[in-house]
Amino acid sequence: MNMLNIAVDPAKVPTVAFERSPGYWQTVFRRLLRDKVAMAAAFVVLVLILLALFGGMLTPADPYKSSMLSRLKPIGTPNFPLGTDELGRDMLSRLMVGARLSLFMGITPVVCAFIIGSIIGITAGYAGGYVNTVIMRTIDVFYAFPSVLLAIALSGALGAGITNSLISLTVVFIPPIARVAESVTTQIRTRDFVEAARASGAGAFTIVRVHVLGNVLGPIFVYATSLIAVAMILASGLSFLGLGVKPPEPEWGLMLNTLRTAIYTQPWIAALPGVMIFITSIAFNLLSDGLRSAMEIKG
Amino acid sequence: MLQFLFRRILYTLPIMLGVALVCFALVHLAPGDPLVSILPPDASQEMQQQLRTLYGFDRSYPEQFASWVWRALQGDLGTSIASSRPVTAEVLKAVGNTLRLAAMATLIGFIFGCLFGFVAGYFQNSWVDKAASFTSVLGVSVPHYWLGMVLVIIFSSLLMWLPASGAGPGGSDQWKWDWEHIKHMLLPAITMSVIPMGIIARTVRALVAEILAQEFVVGLRAKGLTDVGVFLHVVKNAAPTALAVMGLQLGYLLGGSILIETVFAWPGTGFLLNSAIFQRDLPLLQGTILVLAMFFVVLNLVVDVVQTLLDPRIAR
Repeated sequence: MNMLNIAVDPAKVPTVAFERSPGYWQTVFRRLLRDKVAMAAAFVVLVLILLALFGGMLTPADPYKSSMLSRLKPIGTPNFPLGTDELGRDMLSRLMVGARLSLFMGITPVVCAFIIGSIIGITAGYAGGYVNTVIMRTIDVFYAFPSVLLAIALSGALGAGITNSLISLTVVFIPPIARVAESVTTQIRTRDFVEAARASGAGAFTIVRVHVLGNVLGPIFVYATSLIAVAMILASGLSFLGLGVKPPEPEWGLMLNTLRTAIYTQPWIAALPGVMIFITSIAFNLLSDGLRSAMEIKG
Repeated sequence: MLQFLFRRILYTLPIMLGVALVCFALVHLAPGDPLVSILPPDASQEMQQQLRTLYGFDRSYPEQFASWVWRALQGDLGTSIASSRPVTAEVLKAVGNTLRLAAMATLIGFIFGCLFGFVAGYFQNSWVDKAASFTSVLGVSVPHYWLGMVLVIIFSSLLMWLPASGAGPGGSDQWKWDWEHIKHMLLPAITMSVIPMGIIARTVRALVAEILAQEFVVGLRAKGLTDVGVFLHVVKNAAPTALAVMGLQLGYLLGGSILIETVFAWPGTGFLLNSAIFQRDLPLLQGTILVLAMFFVVLNLVVDVVQTLLDPRIAR
């Protein structure tokens, strides 16, 4: 098109320009709906969340009621469709109720780390200079620990318990989220619209709230969702070691631990809680992958 | 190059100091008196005071930290509260076992990860690619401690082919490279290899896809180079990143072996950490974590330097 010809014939203006084009998030959502794998994963996640919320009301038996007479019944026993555990408690009921604590332990640390890590990362990225160096070098120190080691070391030092595991897992996930937040914020900070806002006299807080947040939260959020699967495995791992949830609460990692004694008598029952952790973590990974490609984030 | 090396090492030193500070803080983060696990409940005030002085808990934090770091530099990580043996000796013995296991696992993971990654990258969007990509999702999603249990169920409990736990026949302590010992290593190593396999497969697939799309590949094909020749060029270009990922994975496995070592009763650092935590043996906990984290920092440094040697474009 000839760029010098600025006179516009009103009849040639395409009408599309006056219609509201679909927003970014609408496009992302539409792409996600077309992704069959991601939709299947979303369905599984939805079922798990419903199970976590309402599983307690739907259980066929009392998940805490033990019975010495019906210990380690095989899968398919009448009244016990998935058998019983080492204390004679109904496995199906315990697996259903276990969704609540297991999902809670996996998702909460990521949510907390998302909030704290974003604040730290955006501050470092927006402030730049000296503040950035101090914050990011501190983050580097925590990066020097392999995540499993840091989680176990922290909960080992703090002692077993739900709160302590949540704290240590949050600490584990803050550094990677802060790093991602810092790098996307640094990219946005140098863009023209931020420069323009600053030139027109907007304060730092306003710029971050109006111009930066909307552009950085998406990528940070997608990165955080990819951590949920890891968090699930780690949280259950802590309980598996005896550092997380305490008996008799049903939590999949803890159930795996207590059922290890049954590995030679009822091996398939002993493996069941792990199947639940596996399914959950696959579903979250696939959903996060789908979200990432729908938002066209590379790497 | 020398300047880069110097700068890289200089950059690592404050991180090492920070790591030491975190390890030191762990003990003081712990609720309760660190001596409580060894003191008899009826210990006199005087005895408590003696032990406190012995372990240095009566001095100020900066003082304790300085003397701890100073002694750690000389290879003295203190005395285990539970066993009264030097922490350094205990950790070194365990590190050998863990390193052997993690190295074996990384090797298995690297071989299969590269295989899947290359096949998937070469045949993008074919069914082979989809199968390989799905396998790598499974690899990064599986709770490896559970996979270990399942392998024990299949190969030890049902088939009775391989031993379920320990590092050698009859709980032997000394490692030998014979079939009896390797048999003990197979299940934990395979279990451990699943995570690096998934990650390496993903990385290599992305690398190969990216390299194949570059112009020089078209150029090579245009000048009539055979497929094998082009493949060698792709390997050469993918190698630095793939090797770097492998090195980092070795570090992650060293630090993350605790769950697998617990499942297989493998006498490594994970096993040591586990007993340190449950006996509230804080010097041992501190020492083990320090050694593992330092190893990870040094490994990062080595990976960076090697990667720069292989691919000079990285050095700035």
